Amino acid sequence: MTADQYNFAYLDEQTKRMIRRAILKGLAVPGYQVPFASREMPMPYGWGTGGVQVTAATLVPDDRLKVIDQGADDTTNAVSIRKFFERTAGVAVTEATTEASIIQTRHRIPETPLREGQILVYQVPIPEPLRFLEPRETETRKMHALEEYGLMHVKLYEDIARHGTIATAYAYPVQVEGRYVMDPSPIPKFDNPKLESPAIQLFGAGREQRIYALPPYTQVVSLDFEDHPFDPSRADYPCAVCGAVDSYLDEVITDDAGGRMFLCSDTDYCGQRQAAGHTGTEGAP
Amino acid sequence: MTAALEQPLLQVRGVTKHYGARLGCGDVSFDLWPGEVMGIVGESGSGKSTLLSCLAGHLPPDAGEVRFDVDGSLRDTLQLTEPERRRLHRTDWAFVHQHARDGLRMGVSAGGNVGERLMAIGARNYGEIRSQAADWLNRVEIAAERMDDRPTAFSGGMQQRLQIARNLVTGPRLVFMDEPTGGLDVSVQARLLDLLRGLVREMGLSAIIVTHDLAVVRLLADRLMVMKDGRVVEQGLTDQVLDDPQHGYTQLLVSSVLQV
Amino acid sequence: MYVAVKGGARAIDNAHAWLAEERRGDRTVPEMTVAQIREQMGLAVNRVMAEGSLYDPDLAALAIKQARGDLIEAIFLIRAYRTTLPRFGGAQPIDTGNMACDRRISATFKDVPGGQVLGPTFDYTHRLLDFMLAADGDVPEAAMGDPAGDPVPHVTEFLNSEGLIQPEPESDAVPRDLTREPLELPADRALRLQSLARADEGFLLGLAYSTQRGYARNHAFVGELRIGSVAVEMDIPDLGFAIEIGEITVTECETVNQFTGSKTEPPQFTRGYGLVFGQTERKAIAMALVDRAMRWEELGEENVGAPAQDTEFVLSHCDNIQATGFLEHIKLPHYVDFQSELELIRKLRAQAKAAGQEDAT
Repeated sequence: MTADQYNFAYLDEQTKRMIRRAILKGLAVPGYQVPFASREMPMPYGWGTGGVQVTAATLVPDDRLKVIDQGADDTTNAVSIRKFFERTAGVAVTEATTEASIIQTRHRIPETPLREGQILVYQVPIPEPLRFLEPRETETRKMHALEEYGLMHVKLYEDIARHGTIATAYAYPVQVEGRYVMDPSPIPKFDNPKLESPAIQLFGAGREQRIYALPPYTQVVSLDFEDHPFDPSRADYPCAVCGAVDSYLDEVITDDAGGRMFLCSDTDYCGQRQAAGHTGTEGAP
Repeated sequence: MTAALEQPLLQVRGVTKHYGARLGCGDVSFDLWPGEVMGIVGESGSGKSTLLSCLAGHLPPDAGEVRFDVDGSLRDTLQLTEPERRRLHRTDWAFVHQHARDGLRMGVSAGGNVGERLMAIGARNYGEIRSQAADWLNRVEIAAERMDDRPTAFSGGMQQRLQIARNLVTGPRLVFMDEPTGGLDVSVQARLLDLLRGLVREMGLSAIIVTHDLAVVRLLADRLMVMKDGRVVEQGLTDQVLDDPQHGYTQLLVSSVLQV
Repeated sequence: MYVAVKGGARAIDNAHAWLAEERRGDRTVPEMTVAQIREQMGLAVNRVMAEGSLYDPDLAALAIKQARGDLIEAIFLIRAYRTTLPRFGGAQPIDTGNMACDRRISATFKDVPGGQVLGPTFDYTHRLLDFMLAADGDVPEAAMGDPAGDPVPHVTEFLNSEGLIQPEPESDAVPRDLTREPLELPADRALRLQSLARADEGFLLGLAYSTQRGYARNHAFVGELRIGSVAVEMDIPDLGFAIEIGEITVTECETVNQFTGSKTEPPQFTRGYGLVFGQTERKAIAMALVDRAMRWEELGEENVGAPAQDTEFVLSHCDNIQATGFLEHIKLPHYVDFQSELELIRKLRAQAKAAGQEDAT
């Protein structure tokens, strides 16, 4: 593939315009899933085609793009998507959260707080938070339209009855501005509080043909019960490399005798902290 | 209380439903007053279940009106918007299906089944939902320790009692029941009937019960409608109709000549 | 000091290089040409064109070569390429009544005007491995017949003229385009057929088979199956009339199904319809059966809860590119989700253990 055979950011302008309309509608009705005519992309469905289309429709030539998967810039799929845009849009890229104007992510929100003017694009596998309670699209759309969310709480009730606590660890459902119940994509629930943000957040689901959005400073409430409040817990360790106690951690198995350590999943955050002289048990002195 | 009695809770006028060329139910009209239990009896195929489905909004009739008392004025429920209709089904109305599994979530615990209606109308306190569910399970004679079991582990009679609890927990003003004792053993039926009679009296429930079992209506219903081939052939006070049937078909029904 | 695994970019480059080498295979064996695939793997090419929704035998052959013979991967390559193509306009509906038929059979009438034409079919071959082919056996040329001059009428038209089969209302409405608009449910028949035409052959085969075995049985007869070439015409605004821009081969199947009747209509046969690019008759027949099964509502039939009757289920799952993508994506990293599950299960187990100890004391 050579870049000059394709339009800027791969998609043709007509398609980008169609996607932008869906994005604007999504921003106007926060949390509402806007159907859009998702295109077949040169990467498989499930690899982030929704996020890629949203990014393609949002990019302008002087943007600086960051792509993360599982919080890291160097995971294979993040590398692949970043390369795709370097090649088809020729935009500058970065691994630094603070330097990026657009960040495409799969499964994480960066630890470094986002600021106004930044755009966070999520890759979404199943946009419908009610899908596993009700498989039919015709029915779930009706449930959203009529705000029939009782079933969602039945699921949380069942969790508590069975496990003593809400047993949803990721893709934890939220309610947006007291109206739409929304799937925040499979981010760990640790990230849920960061959904209230000064940045624009866009969610793209390619295979399911849906786009939804959170404008800056939108109220986003994680569903819970008054007497079983939402708890964004994390593993109770510091990062072994940078010593951070406020970041989400990956668990790394270090030997076959059960040895393991915990590291920041956000590689940029961890790197910035190390550069600033912070160190953990395994960090360089 | 007198104010409430000035108008019926439900006013049915000319409800008609065809299945192709065949008549499901034809030109049915009646009033149901607050606190009243109406029984609808007839053979299978007489149109009683079709009528119930039309009244409860599960099946659109070809003609007629089903007016329900909403905030003191009678409104045709067939003309309600979808959100209004759904709200009615979550709050003022309840429907007890013949087969409990049609009315229960089989994959959800007994407590969750009862709690669903509470959560649907905004209950967000786990402890309170649970204690109300426990109270209702107790009222329908399901042991507290079965609360976290799924209905799949329950007997047919227990499932039916659970369905009743799930429906009554929000204190509905009108309950539709479709053969609530159908498919249960005779001894189980008796216990369920006893329970239903207690609840109807205690809560002053208004209900419409469809059944082919005259024992059910004798025990529960204040008034009776007899249906044949989609038409109401006789109606009146239960005792009157059963003890002194006027229509030939009712006479056959009461004398149990008809195998219903 | 711990150093996190890096090198995603290098790993990808190496994997791609190895893949290319594997695709080429043993270099002492001559490389296949795209023309060879196009000419000698014609049915694979047809399937890739049909499910890729792009009629171009050369590109389909190239995709098969690049995909190492994995047809779903080849279809994916074609779909991704198709997305980038500019649209100049829409063609006129093709007229299959004017098809130059290579094959045309009817299972409902012994003889019909236009005749039964077997064409190049496996139907009556004995499935015996032909070792001559392993020995580079060349084949003699097949005998030539006289091409039939006149258009061959559709078999269902004979039933139609007698009023025995439900007429399909003609419409000039432009059907919605599945590749340009999101699929919204419930879908009308034009949209359903569009979706089935590019659906996975195996998925449709299984569904159609299930209707034959009683899951929404609709008693289908193949009223007619025809394969041949048709002209593609397009209105050129500057000219003010339509001109022929090319010719494509398609397979069309019309099934004649159990009659229905109602208060207002006398009993009559009904139809199922299948139309697919290329010679793809298994797919076309399956499509017709599934189309017919999904029409239960408009024909006033009972929904018996069969998979083929469930339009939303069928349309949501029939596209193999969507299916394979989502299926295979579970091999991508899910460290973060898994980690959160890991923490949750440790917490739940700790709570259970603590509760157990409390009970014991």
